[in-house]
Amino acid sequence: MNWVPEVASNLASKVDAVIWFITVISLVFFILISIFLVYFAIRYRRRQENEETPYITGSHVLETIWTIIPSILLIVIFVYGFVVYKDMRTPPEDSLEVTVIGRQWLWQFKYNNGKTTLNELYIPEGRPIKLVMTSEDVLHSFFVPAFRVKQDLVGGMYTYLWFTPTKTGTYELYCTEYCGTGHSTMLGKVIVMSPQEYEKWEKGEEEKAVASLPPAELGKQLYTQRGCNACHSIDGSSLVGPTWKGLYGHEVVLQDGTKVTADENYIREAILEPQAKMVKGFGPVMPSFKGVISDDEISDLIAYIKTLK
Amino acid sequence: MANHTIAETITIPYLEEKGLLSWLTSTDHKRISIMYLLSISTFFVLAGISALLLRFELLMPGKTIVDAHTYNVLFTFHGAVMVFLFIVPGLAASFGNFLIPLMIGARDVAFPRLNLMSYWIYLLGALIILISLSKPADTGWTFYTPYSIRTGTDVILLTFGIFVLGFSSILTGLNFIVTIHKLRAPGMTWHRLPLFIWASYATAILQVLATPVIAISLLLLIAERVFGIGFFDPAKGGDPILFQHFFWFYSHPAVYIMIIPAMGVISEVIPVFSRKPIFGYKAIAYSSLAIALISFFVWAHHMFVSGMSEVAATIFSFLTFLVAIPTAIKVFNWTATLYKGSIDLKSPMLYALSFIFLFTIGGLTGVFLGALAADVHLHDTYFVVAHMHYVMIGGTIMGFFAALHFWYPKMTGKMFNEKVAKIAWAFVFIGFNVTFFPQFILGTQGMPRRYADYPPQFHSLNELSSIGSWILGIGMFVMAINLLRGLFNGEKAPQNPFNSLSLEWQVPSPPPHENFEEIPHVTDWTYGYGKKSA
Repeated sequence: MNWVPEVASNLASKVDAVIWFITVISLVFFILISIFLVYFAIRYRRRQENEETPYITGSHVLETIWTIIPSILLIVIFVYGFVVYKDMRTPPEDSLEVTVIGRQWLWQFKYNNGKTTLNELYIPEGRPIKLVMTSEDVLHSFFVPAFRVKQDLVGGMYTYLWFTPTKTGTYELYCTEYCGTGHSTMLGKVIVMSPQEYEKWEKGEEEKAVASLPPAELGKQLYTQRGCNACHSIDGSSLVGPTWKGLYGHEVVLQDGTKVTADENYIREAILEPQAKMVKGFGPVMPSFKGVISDDEISDLIAYIKTLK
Repeated sequence: MANHTIAETITIPYLEEKGLLSWLTSTDHKRISIMYLLSISTFFVLAGISALLLRFELLMPGKTIVDAHTYNVLFTFHGAVMVFLFIVPGLAASFGNFLIPLMIGARDVAFPRLNLMSYWIYLLGALIILISLSKPADTGWTFYTPYSIRTGTDVILLTFGIFVLGFSSILTGLNFIVTIHKLRAPGMTWHRLPLFIWASYATAILQVLATPVIAISLLLLIAERVFGIGFFDPAKGGDPILFQHFFWFYSHPAVYIMIIPAMGVISEVIPVFSRKPIFGYKAIAYSSLAIALISFFVWAHHMFVSGMSEVAATIFSFLTFLVAIPTAIKVFNWTATLYKGSIDLKSPMLYALSFIFLFTIGGLTGVFLGALAADVHLHDTYFVVAHMHYVMIGGTIMGFFAALHFWYPKMTGKMFNEKVAKIAWAFVFIGFNVTFFPQFILGTQGMPRRYADYPPQFHSLNELSSIGSWILGIGMFVMAINLLRGLFNGEKAPQNPFNSLSLEWQVPSPPPHENFEEIPHVTDWTYGYGKKSA
């Protein structure tokens, strides 16, 4: 079993060292206490009713020792934790900056080249990355266990964190500040690429290769990439929002009791202006995707929804 | 009692009078204690059942029994009810009420009618919280803004209920402070007081000083929701982090409101069942006060990654380590008390020893969370969930169970079945560890808390944890049945079945109204066990 997640950033091994250091000290104390507890409980177990016991009320020497030793150790732990923390809070000047926007319940990443991605953060290996983060609604928290970094995203202010990814691969990103019904579906991926691959991605060459897929397939990918799956199921169950199963071409009942048919225009409007025609029984929680996803992508999503009979 | 003289009432055991009304209007601290005990136990069962449901949902990845929203409602209910209706009033209101006058040699608390009013206020607060369940809140017990401002669920009633409960807590604290200052029997000097009294005193100070802060914070939150004022909502220029400061300014000291009385219980049980004086009386007594004092200055250690400044994080990390020191001293002193004792492993002692063992794990894992770099990784993961339950169940609830089994004969006048009690203890101890130890590993591996669903790599440890919750549940069920059976079938309890020197054991079981025929004159401390060698 792995006690700690994969080590995939420059900070990870430093944080692990702090954790192991405290673990060792804690184990020493824990084992000592346990041994004494068990030994005393057995050794001095009451064997007959009227056993005599000595009148011992304390020992200044012992009490001083077990005040001073833990105090020293605790201060050492504090300093060690602080030293590594200081590192974690000091991004190098030449860091590559990416803007992170959290909202219920997806992650949006904005890159310097004008690209925007949802729920997938693309970064190059070996270069310090600084994430400048904010929230559009409630609190969220950016946590990638493999990097040992975590920072809350707070509306009305920017917070940051930094790390240097040390291994290419795909890593899990969790939201760790409770943010409502979709909290446990606010998941993302961090894709660490080699510098060459990253350069290619930055120039947008990757996307063309993807475009050759049929629209419904692309829509299926978008369903998870854009975080639709946080609120809309494809199996008929109701999550935060209505299911997509059997949606297309069928009537939906709106909040005011009127009925509309879910055609292409209805779905498009629901994505861009979610509160315009609210389905009965659901709250006004969906954010607008205007400016976040393209017309092409909307078409792909509609194509995908059509397949969900 | 106004119409009777003490000479008349002293012959009537406090449990004698029957009828609901006679209970609800009684100002006898012992009757009020029993009413608290029954009320908090009811809420403990309700919140415990919600915990079993939560663990059942987490048995497998994907939806098992409830959807995400219901899951969120359940953990909010579990947290809010456990904290505000069970564990904060908890030992202080139930055992504190019963024991403080008896232990210091008084006939009642200083303000008996105020004491009864505190209980009514508690009931009122509980009622409001129950009404809020018609549209149950989904904010978590921490009510973090701005989510708590925006959710459509009934946050207002729930927080208003907690606001009302606060008054109960403040008035109880006030009552105990005055009682301990003014009603000690002749000769019961501060340094002769049982350590449970010291612990209750420290707790009462916290209740009086810290509770107004949560009351104001919750009022501001309610005002924010009703009038849209903009204290905490960034959309209106407010600061969500400010709410966290307000919230933890109470809720961290509240952790000690929950744990210090349990420490007091342990300090009573261990000397009796090892027949030894408590080791380092003064250190334990004053460390309760030290913990209470320092606990006011560590609140922001819940907020290292909140967006608060690094300077603040560093200062609060340092202060957090300070609070560990008096806590460590207590653990060492309890352990040293066992040395050369005559240790009787009866059920109260088993729970007390479990407390030391489990609370040590809870305390040591707190050191990880106090260290800045480690906390960044572990914060808001299952590591925190495990740590918090090792302190609250491993600490407070083990102390609560120790108290239940220790003072049961005194409170009820009956004995329970000791063998069954030990079997229940074994289930509780094993079940607890199987439930919560895997969560330390889950958290270190990165599983976030408050997740209705989790990625498949966390499955096996979650499954183990859920199985543990069933063992724990069975243990508590057996314990409850055993204690209830004792009420009806139990043997009559002698006055002092465990040979304690403390004053509450020198009166009949159950004690009469007014407690003492004559107020005792105290000539020695409570822990004079063992033979003074020449």
